[in-house]
Amino acid sequence: MSADKAKIAAQFIQAIPHSRALGMNLVEIGDGEAVIEMPYDTKLIGDPDTGVIHGGAVSALMDTCSGAAVMSHPDAPTSTATIDLRIDYMRAATPGQTIRTRAYCYQVTRSVAFVRAEAVDEDTARPVATATGAFTFERSK
Amino acid sequence: MSRPRPEPVQVVKQRRDAALSALVERVPYIQFLGISFDRRGDELTATMNYDEKLIGNPMLPALHGGATAAFLETAAIIELSWQMIWPSIESDSHELPPLRMPKTIDFTVDYLRSGLPRDAYARARVNRSGRRYASVHVEAWQDNREKLFAQATGHFMMPQKND
Repeated sequence: MSADKAKIAAQFIQAIPHSRALGMNLVEIGDGEAVIEMPYDTKLIGDPDTGVIHGGAVSALMDTCSGAAVMSHPDAPTSTATIDLRIDYMRAATPGQTIRTRAYCYQVTRSVAFVRAEAVDEDTARPVATATGAFTFERSK
Repeated sequence: MSRPRPEPVQVVKQRRDAALSALVERVPYIQFLGISFDRRGDELTATMNYDEKLIGNPMLPALHGGATAAFLETAAIIELSWQMIWPSIESDSHELPPLRMPKTIDFTVDYLRSGLPRDAYARARVNRSGRRYASVHVEAWQDNREKLFAQATGHFMMPQKND
């Protein structure tokens, strides 16, 4: 990633208070695709018996990454909002490991964007969760 | 034969509230999001107190879709866990089973309007709860109970005795 792009990526997360609070880092963005990481943190724990992070934190990561993918679509929307998001949890994320999500905005209509996303930890062969979502797609008039 | 005298109301309330606190306070992420639960008998209402860190769009401003999703998922899991332990709380021994969380299989959120920078409320309904799986529906609103800002349905794996 060029220095310019890296700066834009960092600013993207800094502009979203909730994503910043969860410690997300934007790794890659462009052409309707985005990659965001979220390091493990004890405040994200959802199951105190196992130390596994809460599904809600994974949802927030999926939602942010999907929104970023929509915003980076070549049709250049002015803004976007989640219409619906479905998350399937395949397995518990391994405690202590960073979660990395890749989202892909694979189709847009005049006013709706469709997105798929996948989250993995260090064991990249077995996804932690997948998501599918529909987002609003606001075009400049 | 005479019935035993009912327990004083404070004793009953204190026992139920203690069980609910035990469930909620041990989850770090629930504390991080600032979610608390009100109880009327066995009915729970979740509240997510507004905080700047819940914002997703500072321009509007609006709550982050992820914060809303986490709030709904938390309301669903606590409702499900609460219904699991309720019979033990009310039993003669009042002894609580080990608190084990249901695991989310899938969760689908409908965003109906943007979340305002205010407190949000949610109530969950367990539509089906079997030995292995449960299906839960959640509704969330802010100023007006009739105007939901989000709703969700999720499926959960119930904790098994031998896990």
